[in-house]
Amino acid sequence: MANTHMAEPPVNIEIDGKPIKARKGEMIMQAADREGVYIPRFCYHEKLSVAANCRMCLIEAEKAPKPLPACATPVTEGMKVFTRSPKAIAAQRASMEFLLINHPLDCPICDQGGECELQDLAMGYGRDIARFSERKRVIQDENIGPLISTCMTRCIYCTRCVRFGQEIAGIQELGDTGRGEHSRIGTYIGRSVDHELSGNVIDLCPVGALNSKPFKMHGRGWEMTQTAGVSPHDCVGSNLYGHVLRGKVMRVIPRPNEAVNEIWISDRDRFSYTGITSNDRLEHPMLKQDGRWRETDWETALAAAVNALRSVHGDAGVLASPSSTTEELYLLQKLARGLGIHSIDTRLRQADFRDDEFEPVYPWLGQSLEDLEKLNSVFVIGSNLRKEVPLLAHRLRKAALQGGAVMFLNPRRYESLYPVATEINVASLDMTAALAAVLKAALGRKTAPTHLKDLLKDQEPSAPQLRVAEQLLKGERKAILLGHLALQHPQYADLRALAAALAEVSGAQLGYISEGANSAGAWLAGAVPQRLAGGKRAALKGLDARAMFVEARRAYLLMGVEPELDCWDSASALQALNNASVVVVITPFITDAMKHYASVLLPSGTFGETSGTYVNVEGHWQHFTGMTKPMGESRPGWKILRVLGNLCGLAGFEYLSSEEVGEELRKAVGDLKPDNSFTATRIVASVAPLKGFQRVAEVPLYSADMLVRRAPPLQETRDADTGWVRLCPADAKKLGLAEGERIRVSHDDASLILPVKCDDSVAAGNVWLAAGIRETAGFAPFHSGLELEKIR
Amino acid sequence: MNAVRSWIKSLLLVELFQGLALTGKLFFARKVTIRYPEEHTPKSPRYRGLHAQRRYANGEERCIACKLCEAVCPALAITIDSEQREDGTRRTTRYDIDLFKCIYCGFCEEACPVDAIVETSITEFHFEKRGEQIMTKEKLLSIGDKYEAQIAAERAADAPYR
Repeated sequence: MANTHMAEPPVNIEIDGKPIKARKGEMIMQAADREGVYIPRFCYHEKLSVAANCRMCLIEAEKAPKPLPACATPVTEGMKVFTRSPKAIAAQRASMEFLLINHPLDCPICDQGGECELQDLAMGYGRDIARFSERKRVIQDENIGPLISTCMTRCIYCTRCVRFGQEIAGIQELGDTGRGEHSRIGTYIGRSVDHELSGNVIDLCPVGALNSKPFKMHGRGWEMTQTAGVSPHDCVGSNLYGHVLRGKVMRVIPRPNEAVNEIWISDRDRFSYTGITSNDRLEHPMLKQDGRWRETDWETALAAAVNALRSVHGDAGVLASPSSTTEELYLLQKLARGLGIHSIDTRLRQADFRDDEFEPVYPWLGQSLEDLEKLNSVFVIGSNLRKEVPLLAHRLRKAALQGGAVMFLNPRRYESLYPVATEINVASLDMTAALAAVLKAALGRKTAPTHLKDLLKDQEPSAPQLRVAEQLLKGERKAILLGHLALQHPQYADLRALAAALAEVSGAQLGYISEGANSAGAWLAGAVPQRLAGGKRAALKGLDARAMFVEARRAYLLMGVEPELDCWDSASALQALNNASVVVVITPFITDAMKHYASVLLPSGTFGETSGTYVNVEGHWQHFTGMTKPMGESRPGWKILRVLGNLCGLAGFEYLSSEEVGEELRKAVGDLKPDNSFTATRIVASVAPLKGFQRVAEVPLYSADMLVRRAPPLQETRDADTGWVRLCPADAKKLGLAEGERIRVSHDDASLILPVKCDDSVAAGNVWLAAGIRETAGFAPFHSGLELEKIR
Repeated sequence: MNAVRSWIKSLLLVELFQGLALTGKLFFARKVTIRYPEEHTPKSPRYRGLHAQRRYANGEERCIACKLCEAVCPALAITIDSEQREDGTRRTTRYDIDLFKCIYCGFCEEACPVDAIVETSITEFHFEKRGEQIMTKEKLLSIGDKYEAQIAAERAADAPYR
């Protein structure tokens, strides 16, 4: 957009006597902002549409009879603008007086105090004494959920929150009702604000009407120190700031970075800090002796861990969270491989590893995040995008609003909040066939790649499949993205081969939406069995995340993982761990399951307590420092691993800082460029037919990792209400079930009892049972055959 | 000549009598010294002594945890933690003044929007053990409760000049 403007001749205007070249069609406010001339404003926001309802930005323009709002007045050639003339200032002061008529003078108890736009401007434009002596209007507050606190009496009706809902979130959860004095910002029907980006209205609100509920009345803007950080939850790697007061992270706010998160962060990034001080934090190293746990000192615990790891002579499995820092993962694999352990993995929720050999050097988006906005067509395979990576969904939303065709192939219908060009919803195991049909349609008369011939053989593309193929063939900028549901699919290798072939035939860019904050970093650091650090192929390939539990090892080393929640097949993971002779766990939190299977627990720092680097899905290395000291005796993960390396007598563990570790890896990586082109000869699929109903699992938004699962405010949201068995209404009827009735779900010997939700977005024969939640911990694999039985 | 004058002066004890005259004058004049601790010098109602936290007449603490005193304190003597109390009001969970750090400038009182933190005219206090100099919220409130009448009278006396 900027380019087209640049091509046009600039408009010459003058602001406060300073000649300025403005772009044609832009508003005075935009030109003034670019030149660093500040015009007071409340309702104007660069990321939102112009409303011009606060009237604070009134300025004087030559030959205009009345003051003009700078945010809504386009520049014209030769325009002379005065922002500080007596007339302009009088207009601004008058606007301020009107705004303060109803605004309460409760700054001392208002959380916005000290960082309030109204307070700041009132210092410059407010009168000392109010001339309005009538009563101020008061508004009864409504509870809009566990994340945002409201005090609508303070509202000045700038409508930024309303426009955010309409324009950015895509669902108008807050709106303005009534007129004049009776105007109210509210949810219309008294429900909560649930959008996954809704927390951003806290930053947008210029006054204290909308504030952070977990932070409410806990601190002041001026007393906290601000440290830059990076989100530990999704592959976008949102930039953020942590605000720290006396060694505790008090709140998290976005750090603007147009290339990554613009000025937004998701609620998960914003509120997950509340999990840092969870009650189950592990604050001391612990050791199991004769079946009893006792707290111990670091030397004893480390010595025990080293003895244990050495005693198994490489017969061990190493599993780490994909949200660990790159430095931690690099040291972890260096330690493991130094000890002769080659089974190391971070792909906890992947099931199908048949095509490891053909994977790119790291799961790459195939383009930059900004490029996503400009796509003409994008085909997303297997992703509940909004709940997997909220800010990536936001980029695609922008593409769709600019006319791009966004298409989905999903095992369930999801609400996208923007016009979706085509949506193909099939039962989970039919996804391969559906994708094959799309490929067949796209190929037209061209011959199919030999390795996919058997998959394409019997396909007859349906109308929507033809539409997707047609859309992908035309247009210039296009992409095919594989989401988390594809990654967790039992036929991931087939889906990937088909998607790659489709990308090749249509000229689209293939991209991966990886799990965790640092999947890319994990691959580059060599924390996958088939790769060494720097993307080199491993000569000795160890077992992958699934196989290391199927073929049980004698010992395990876990870092930041709760296998009963994080693993694809959590039941076999737990079984293998319980049978292992020794399990060393590096973790910030302690769980009951850990107490059962672990032998040594080493407390590590969590979000904000360690320095490191995350590599996001576009391959962007983002370094950050720690915000606070780790709680209790816990230590940053990289320090623990460094000492473990030293104690194991391995060479090359003499690091003094995490930066040194990162530097060493950077050198190993060099200027390695990812390449998503696919050169595989597919291994023929053989998925055993499942008995009974097919379970399809999805990891809910607020169950993605250890930290969010412990964030109380997020667990109170609607998105965290996940303990349901979702069935399509027809299946429920067949079983004689009504909504809310409890049902026994069994797999092998295990069974659960959960309430049923009838959901017409679920395909017949599928059962949706979330993973990563307490209710289904250690139950069946993500895809498995389930028996359903009504409880009488 | 000077020597003669000085000899006569010393013979007549002139300077001695001059000195005795001053002594005698002051002997009968009003005394400036007081018998501390039985007697006290008068203090201005603006005197800045020991801190106290006040309550409203209904017994509710005044402090609303706005943290302005903490922000204005030049000696960083005040530490406040706050939260939302069950009734929804903003309250401190911790309000500590370190009297070893405090320089008794009175800025905290000036900053307070609700006249919660005040400096009383109490000057007689001491600490015997390390740590006693930390005036906690409980201590401050109990001082306020004890001396409320005096505090209120002092504020009232000063009010016309503010």
